Amino acid sequence: MLSGLRRLAALAIAGTVVVSACSSSAATGEPGGPDGTMGPGAPAECVTGSITISGSTAMQPLVAAAARQYASACAGATIVVNGGGSGTGLSQVAQGAVQIGNSDVTAQSKMATPEADELVDHVVAKQGWIVVTNKDVTITNLTTQQNVDIWTGKITNWKDVGGPDLPIILIFRPQSSGTRATFKKLVLGGATEAAGGQTLTGDSNGTVTQAVSKTDGAVSVIGFAYYDDPANKPLLNGLQLDGVDATIANMTTGTYKLSAEGHMYTLGEPSGLTKAFLDYMLGDYVQHTLIPSLSYAPIA
Amino acid sequence: MTHATANQRLIGLRARPGLRDRIDLPRRIVFAAAASTIVLVALLLIFISWQGIALFVRDGYAVTDVLSPVWDPLAEGRPQFGLLPFIGGTIAVTGLALLFSTPLSVGLALFLSEVAPGWARAIVQPALEIFVGIPSVVWGWLGITILVPFLADISPRQISLSLPVVGQVFSMPGFLTGFSWLAGSLVLAVMILPTITSITYDSLRAVPQELRTGSLALGTTRWQTIRHILLPAALPGILTAVVLGMTRAAGEALAVQMVIGNAPVLPAAVTQPVTTLTSQITLDMGNTVFGEPWQDALWTMSLILLALSMASVVLVRVINRRRAVA
Amino acid sequence: MTAPARSLKESTSRAVLVDRVATSALWLTGAFVLLLLGSIVLHFLLAAWGVVSPGFILSDPSDEALGGVLPVLWNSVYMLVLVMLISVPVGILGGIYMAEYAPQNAVTGAIRFAQEAIGSVPSIVVGLFGMIVFVNTFRWGFTALGGALALTFFNLPLMTRLAEQALRGVPAEERSASLALGASKWQTIRHVVLPLAIPGLITAVILTAGRVFGEAAVLLFTSGIGTPYHYDFANLSLTDPASPWSPFRPATTLSVYIWKLNSEGLGAHVREVVDGSAAVLIALVFFFNLGARGIGRLLTKRLTAS
Repeated sequence: MLSGLRRLAALAIAGTVVVSACSSSAATGEPGGPDGTMGPGAPAECVTGSITISGSTAMQPLVAAAARQYASACAGATIVVNGGGSGTGLSQVAQGAVQIGNSDVTAQSKMATPEADELVDHVVAKQGWIVVTNKDVTITNLTTQQNVDIWTGKITNWKDVGGPDLPIILIFRPQSSGTRATFKKLVLGGATEAAGGQTLTGDSNGTVTQAVSKTDGAVSVIGFAYYDDPANKPLLNGLQLDGVDATIANMTTGTYKLSAEGHMYTLGEPSGLTKAFLDYMLGDYVQHTLIPSLSYAPIA
Repeated sequence: MTHATANQRLIGLRARPGLRDRIDLPRRIVFAAAASTIVLVALLLIFISWQGIALFVRDGYAVTDVLSPVWDPLAEGRPQFGLLPFIGGTIAVTGLALLFSTPLSVGLALFLSEVAPGWARAIVQPALEIFVGIPSVVWGWLGITILVPFLADISPRQISLSLPVVGQVFSMPGFLTGFSWLAGSLVLAVMILPTITSITYDSLRAVPQELRTGSLALGTTRWQTIRHILLPAALPGILTAVVLGMTRAAGEALAVQMVIGNAPVLPAAVTQPVTTLTSQITLDMGNTVFGEPWQDALWTMSLILLALSMASVVLVRVINRRRAVA
Repeated sequence: MTAPARSLKESTSRAVLVDRVATSALWLTGAFVLLLLGSIVLHFLLAAWGVVSPGFILSDPSDEALGGVLPVLWNSVYMLVLVMLISVPVGILGGIYMAEYAPQNAVTGAIRFAQEAIGSVPSIVVGLFGMIVFVNTFRWGFTALGGALALTFFNLPLMTRLAEQALRGVPAEERSASLALGASKWQTIRHVVLPLAIPGLITAVILTAGRVFGEAAVLLFTSGIGTPYHYDFANLSLTDPASPWSPFRPATTLSVYIWKLNSEGLGAHVREVVDGSAAVLIALVFFFNLGARGIGRLLTKRLTAS
């Protein structure tokens, strides 16, 4: 009877070995990077070490892709990228639990000044957002003033801005999110948003996409990287802002104003692998190949 | 003691405990293992309470500030952290879920215990156990992919009921996006169904068979037996089940947050988005910075949740203590 | 006494009618729940049909193609093993105390209260507690170890309780017989009671494992939300954060992965991956529960005289 148990245990161990053996062979099939290349993505020189990055989920795809490229070119460098939100990133880097904290907004806007001043800001990209509506709403452009009127609840029907006769359903992002803060600052100019009634708060790009695509008259703001994804674009009606298209080119030049910088914060000046990775993020490959391919805009 | 073990020395005819027995290391070890539970709970209570009162102690808010219905952390000047929308939302969503789930669960428990033949029980009971095992993220995923679009599809913009003479009886906004109080309550109702059912079933099974046979011998029907004998006898167990189901519903975070709409307003209509303590914490925790007032408000919300669950434990004990007296 | 309002015959037939209606209602309830569960299982079977395959389970996530869930599945299993390693021994020892030694005093009452209390605490609160202690105060950041310790908070009292029940299930005659033969209390426990309780203990382990496996709220705040792209299983280091064998690294599990994909999933196949992941999760939990019953029964038959 004990031999029965031992047999079971042996099987379990064997099973684990088989799984790991299989996975090593499956690994060779995985792509090297979003554009499939590996050579041009290699950094100029390799620094060894191990760092952890956490923070903004909007920046996570970009930083994770860059980290993968760096690590695959440099054995001995381990870069772990996590999400958790901009607030988490800032908290953890301020406490020393991670080496880099990603944030969609400046540290000063979320933290008290003494703590925020200890963090060093490295801007690595620009991320854009776009106002989207349900496909039933046939307009193609909203001016800043129209946005203000809609989001503060002054205008409640699409026909008042040249659209069909449909009530406007506002879908907000969480108040704590960088998206909402940025939109409020850059487009609404700090105006007080409508509350209650026909409003909804969608926590994530996924929820918002679903809500907007299925609700007549719905309007919301989503990240450009998310909107540009071929799975999502056909579901939504993306609007121009003040007649300017939401494109990476326009974000780079600054003519499209709903964009903000993506920050990578360190506690004090960085060194070692942290510094090397930050330099890599500002290097040519990341800025001009990786960033545009993921629908961000470069800084350099 | 009239016999001696290897650890004891026989002195005369009486055995005296040796050193190993006096220290009784095994007993101390297992006691430590069991008592660690107390330590864990104490740690939990201490840490959460410590963080939970930071809003009042460190940031200078008053208790009356959090008892307001205005939640506006981005307000110019002083951010407003009124927690009533969340407390109200938790109560509302949990209450409606219990309303849906309790009759169904008690009915199912009665079915399994009194009515079902062996083959039916053999199918339904494992089914219930599968129910229990389904993780909450999966319930949330089901809610967001099936329930929410369904509600969005069937709903008119405005739901109203007018009677010929009386006129309009009521009118309320329709589901629109589908994310709503009702969606949250339905998902929760399905989640707590197995909890309430299994505890009710256990308490029905615990009622002595003599009560049933005695009642039937008097010529009652089975339903009369159930209604007048069994249910009252099992009442403490049923109440316990309901309280535990309520606790589980109130504490559920992910599944609720995915379907409920998260509008930080007091609950008004079942078709409208509402918010709960748990969903707001899930929403905002990652975006706020540790030590800042916004996050302190979230910790206060967790403290409220903790207090709610402790209160339910006490409530369950009170319910069952009464039975011992009666 | 006034004449009864209805004749005996009327009352009886009315009662019989009510009984029939009630019985049908109860049958309907049973059928409804079965239907509900059946449709959920069917939904997942259908949704996962084209998605779940050995390839899905064993390959890495991918941005372009459908990809798989190997790293997150590994993390789920890893986390489970870690939690069990900590909580099973301590839980069994605690159960031994509660079943064999505990007197009816205030401390025992406090332990019981603590068990009930932790059973009621919302998992998100436990996750937040884990965040304060392990992620913030200890400055570990997101780690598998932090997640496992937070899950132990949940699991340990439950394990203790179930172990106690398993031990109480051993007949008293066995204990008396052993003591009568001259064994000490601890010897009795070690050589007589524990072996007889093994079926119940294993059932307890598997049941708690099923619960741990599906847990997401706790891990969201303690072991992080990332998407591991590839694990190098040849790296056997226990401290290197790149090694999948190390507990000192963020570990996104299958449940958390579902949550993450629902929030921020990019790519054409998000819905399929989530459906597939959910199906895998349910299937595993289902097998845990079935396994608990089955193995428990098997072991009872083989290890005891019955």
